[in-house]
Amino acid sequence: MSTLTQALFSARPTGDQRPWPRFAVDAPAWQALAAGLGEGRGRFLGLWGEAAAVHLALLPEASAEPLVVTLDCPEGAYPSVAHHHPPAGRLERTIFDLTGLTASASPDRRPWLDHGRWGLRHPLGAHPDPAESLPPYVFLPAEGRALHQIPVGPVHAGIIEPGHFRFTAAGETVVRLEERLGYVHKGIEALMAGKTPAEAAKLAARTSGDSTVAYSWAFARAVEAALGVTVPERALLLRALMAELERLANHFGDIGAICNDAAFALMLAHCGVLRERVLRAAAACFGHRLMMDAVVPGGVALADGALDLSPVRALIDHAAKAFPPLVKLYDETASLQDRTVKTGIVKPALARLYHPGGYVGRASGIAFDARREIPYAPYDRLNFEVPVLTQGDVNARIWIRIREVEQSLSLIGQILAALPPGGPVQVDLPTVAEPREGLALVEGFRGDVLVWLRLDGQGKVARCHLRDPSWFQWPLLEAAIEGNIVADFPLCNKSFNCSYSGQDL
Amino acid sequence: MRRLLFDTLTKPVLTEAPPAADATALAELAARIDHAARARLGRSLSIREVDAGSCNGCELEIHALSNAFYDVERFGLRFVASPRHADVLLVTGPVTHNMAEALKRTYDATPAPKWVVAAGTCALDGGVFAGSYAVAGGVSAVLPVDLHIPGCPPTPVALLSGLLALLTDASER
Repeated sequence: MSTLTQALFSARPTGDQRPWPRFAVDAPAWQALAAGLGEGRGRFLGLWGEAAAVHLALLPEASAEPLVVTLDCPEGAYPSVAHHHPPAGRLERTIFDLTGLTASASPDRRPWLDHGRWGLRHPLGAHPDPAESLPPYVFLPAEGRALHQIPVGPVHAGIIEPGHFRFTAAGETVVRLEERLGYVHKGIEALMAGKTPAEAAKLAARTSGDSTVAYSWAFARAVEAALGVTVPERALLLRALMAELERLANHFGDIGAICNDAAFALMLAHCGVLRERVLRAAAACFGHRLMMDAVVPGGVALADGALDLSPVRALIDHAAKAFPPLVKLYDETASLQDRTVKTGIVKPALARLYHPGGYVGRASGIAFDARREIPYAPYDRLNFEVPVLTQGDVNARIWIRIREVEQSLSLIGQILAALPPGGPVQVDLPTVAEPREGLALVEGFRGDVLVWLRLDGQGKVARCHLRDPSWFQWPLLEAAIEGNIVADFPLCNKSFNCSYSGQDL
Repeated sequence: MRRLLFDTLTKPVLTEAPPAADATALAELAARIDHAARARLGRSLSIREVDAGSCNGCELEIHALSNAFYDVERFGLRFVASPRHADVLLVTGPVTHNMAEALKRTYDATPAPKWVVAAGTCALDGGVFAGSYAVAGGVSAVLPVDLHIPGCPPTPVALLSGLLALLTDASER
């Protein structure tokens, strides 16, 4: 903390960012902050660029108030954060691909999202350059006797998103896995520029479809913070209701799918039914199975009048009866646990370095949950526990999900009890004739989603950055698979269930 | 486990009656595929799903087709692991420039006769991602498309009625 505070003595608030201020720093202060993160002081939240500036978001130790610091880069370069704190590596490579700003002393200069196919370079930079052919991508070496490589993807065998995995194996054992992502890069941040918050919200909702509620909520909160909008109480509770339904649906799906990757199809069949029931309840109450575009800046896109939430009530009653036998089934099937226990371990030391959110972190001793650490309404007045385990294996990641299902069922009960029967659920956004900035973090099922944006004074988005929790989970998958057999990769991968689209943007 | 399996035997079946084959889909197919080719489709199809840039919403709903409520395999529709085993490519997402070559190669690896189904609003015309420097457009920007299934994402029922249209022989209409 001392380094962080000392670094900020030289800082001055800049811009008009809400609810937490943004500070301009000089290069030495920037480096001091990066070094502090590398020493485990504070939590790294994000790193993104503009045409001639880089922004670093972090949560200082023992603080519930995130901080954004900005370094101007008139020369097109900034001191590397990854040099001190490795989790920033892929974000720095992305900043170069999108803006052309280089991280000096960066440990890795290879492109990340840019595969040389866009027809231009540095689309968010001051002057997008014409395309030039990129040299072939060089994978990191693995050397030793009788090693062989297995290239997998981008088109995979299952119904999943595309990405390339390069395995180096000694017989059945994985010696090194390297991920190559970026295949589903859609240029979301560039598309958002110049759009109204309502239009840009549709893009935020489609950043990672499985987390559409979390993204929509984070985006809406950032817009509302920037404009100083207070959302009606009923809308806040309905947002939390949708967010918990989204968590339930994904956790049910994941628990079934992980067990299915260990060839235990019975669990997939039963969890698939539970997931379907959640989606049907969501469709009945909110008009869309995934609740896409239901959370909008200013509130929720529903009528003000009474809402029939009996399908949700029926769902939690059913799930409270149907889920415990499935937990028992998992707990008592030794052949299944033979596959999940001690498989794909994320060691606590590495987890402390990367500080991943979600079940990946909480299964490895990282007790971070944005609903608790950076509290936001209505979670600040709801009762829930944040389960934490330390084993860090596939089994632990399943148990965290199981416990979170139980917590979500309880939260939904509390929300239904607290929800006013009728009343407004949306307010109009005011027009503010000056640039404003907003920052928000929302806990999705996978972990914390960060959204930062600047509105330009004409009611349009000037720049928006969306940081998926997967950024700090994908690199850990590479470490978790090391020493495991190739055949356990699907199991490990599903237990992480990182987002490709959310990472690739 | 025995208790759970026994309960499954005694409880009513969850699987629901299939939706009718989608009329718009039938019309689109009739215009594109002649009777002879449709007869060759037979009553069973192997489907290779390819995400060419989706937000993963479409994948979630395609997965749902295999749950007990929709039970897609009862119609002879089967998801396969390799394009070399496939009759149909079910493509989702706007096609990103970074995925265009992989999609084309997947198509080339699929033995003829083969059909391409574009699922979702993005696969139709790029959806909200149209116009991006990183997006080529809908699936038809890269491959010949035989059938579009609209929706963001298409519901399992919409996917099912679209796919059932592929199995409905033109002569039955």
